Amino acid sequence: MIHLAPGDPTELAGAEDPALRQSVEQMRKLYGLDQPLHMQYLNWLKRVVFLDFGRSFQPDGRPVLDKIKERLPVTLLLNLIEMLIILLIAIPIGVRSATHQYSAFDKVTTLFVFIGFATPDFWLAVLLQILFGVHLGWLPMSQLRHPMWEYLPFWRQQWDFASHLILPIAVATFGGLAGFSRYMRQSMLEVIRQDYIQSARAKGLDERKVIGKHALRNALMPIVTILGLSLPGLIGGSVIVETIFAIPGMGLLMVQSVFARDYPVIMGNLVIVSTLTLVANLIADLTYSLVDPRIRVGRRGRR
Amino acid sequence: MHAFWRAFVRNKLAIVGGVVVASLVAIAALAPVLAPWDPHRPDVRRILEPPSSSHWLGTDQIGRDVLSRMLYGSRVSLAVGFVSVGIATAIGILLGAAAGYHGGWVDGSVMRLVDLMLVFPRFFLLLAVLAFLTPSIWTIMAVIGLTGWMGVARLVRAEFLALKEREFVLWSQSIGASATRIIWRHILPNAMGPILVAMTLGIPAAILTESGLSFLGLGVRPPYATWGNILNEGRDAIELAWWQSLYPGMAILITVLSYNLLGEGIRDALDPRLRQSVGRFGGRGR
Repeated sequence: MIHLAPGDPTELAGAEDPALRQSVEQMRKLYGLDQPLHMQYLNWLKRVVFLDFGRSFQPDGRPVLDKIKERLPVTLLLNLIEMLIILLIAIPIGVRSATHQYSAFDKVTTLFVFIGFATPDFWLAVLLQILFGVHLGWLPMSQLRHPMWEYLPFWRQQWDFASHLILPIAVATFGGLAGFSRYMRQSMLEVIRQDYIQSARAKGLDERKVIGKHALRNALMPIVTILGLSLPGLIGGSVIVETIFAIPGMGLLMVQSVFARDYPVIMGNLVIVSTLTLVANLIADLTYSLVDPRIRVGRRGRR
Repeated sequence: MHAFWRAFVRNKLAIVGGVVVASLVAIAALAPVLAPWDPHRPDVRRILEPPSSSHWLGTDQIGRDVLSRMLYGSRVSLAVGFVSVGIATAIGILLGAAAGYHGGWVDGSVMRLVDLMLVFPRFFLLLAVLAFLTPSIWTIMAVIGLTGWMGVARLVRAEFLALKEREFVLWSQSIGASATRIIWRHILPNAMGPILVAMTLGIPAAILTESGLSFLGLGVRPPYATWGNILNEGRDAIELAWWQSLYPGMAILITVLSYNLLGEGIRDALDPRLRQSVGRFGGRGR
């Protein structure tokens, strides 16, 4: 499917100038584009097993893996911080709106959830840039560091880096926040209807303990699954956030490569990102069996 | 049907959503009549004018009327929403029905395909596919549809698994009706409710995806005006013209919100228990 594309990358580079024909041929050989399609694909697969994604079509011709290696930590860092913030805010919100169902607080959060689902993140990003970057001038609008970063004193450096992260993280957490507080509320509502919660209450346990200890633990379990399921969405969201804020991560690399039709980088990116998703799902599954001993399969057979 | 209608009408928010959705469709259809200016005609004497009585929502870098461009843009959004969801639903029904009804290796391979597709973060997959195609409104529709059928397939499969054990299906099987006939005439009509809900909730997701792609400059190309496009062009004038960024996004927000309210209203009225099965896992189509 890769090479069904109209025009291959060497064509873009070579134009119609007859003097360049020869170098185009040379380039096609170099990248293996002169071989039949199925051979190209097989070669690619063979190399991917050893994490060799070939070289970028860009003039620098660097190995794809190097390019990804320098971008990956940024995306991982951002996504981890986002996830942490989402959970830290969404869980208390969800619990409170479940324990105070139909209260003013619950209604306000429900409204927020609907708006959160419907807000395009790129629009939110642009609005925040206009407000905090252009009109108020409080926060930097893009990139990760001040251009003169190296000359700043140590603490100013830290603040500079953090202030560059505020807007992107705010945008990326917004949508996820809506979803997770919704799921948390739903899951909590189901748990507090259970009999064991009633009996915990009946034996005179403090309400805070009932909710905080007995209910919360059980309500968190489905959240772990949903966390695993929503990871691709979160990582996919970095495409937009990184592009708008010019953050040099995987998402921006992807967009740049698509514009440049840099196929090796595109394919390498896709492989790495989906591997990430797989690993994250695996971690979610393992955590799940950690939180809920009932589904630890294969250990002691069936209970 | 009667009970459904009564439950639906009681849900005020869903009614509001439905009315807004209906008016959006009307606006898209009547765009040429409603638009006060030609959306493609530049006017160099009126570049980046703030909202005024002649240009309600201001003008862009080459003096085109933002309101008129948004009205025309609503056509693209709706078209992309409907067509791509149509494609996704068709694929989802075909594969889900085959998997649910036949079971065995058919089921196994379809579900593995679903798992495989779900491994790719959707936006990365979309970009990767778009990199190999000539961008046009049709490729956008096709690509969004082809990467968005997994939820429907799972849903249809689950419905079929439950329905195929019911008496009316066993009865048709016993009188020798063919599998195709049972699937299309007997099971599918009974599974239409959840599918309809999934479609209503899928349209806003597709609209968000399209506008996101257009915003990146990888979706519908100019001179077609789309909400995502206008926002993309608005980024160049971000320090001068807030109106070019504010209003198109607001249009997207209102559209998506209304579809979601409508969809959830239909779902709750059909059967409150559906909440779990037709949720928006992973939510926003990314």
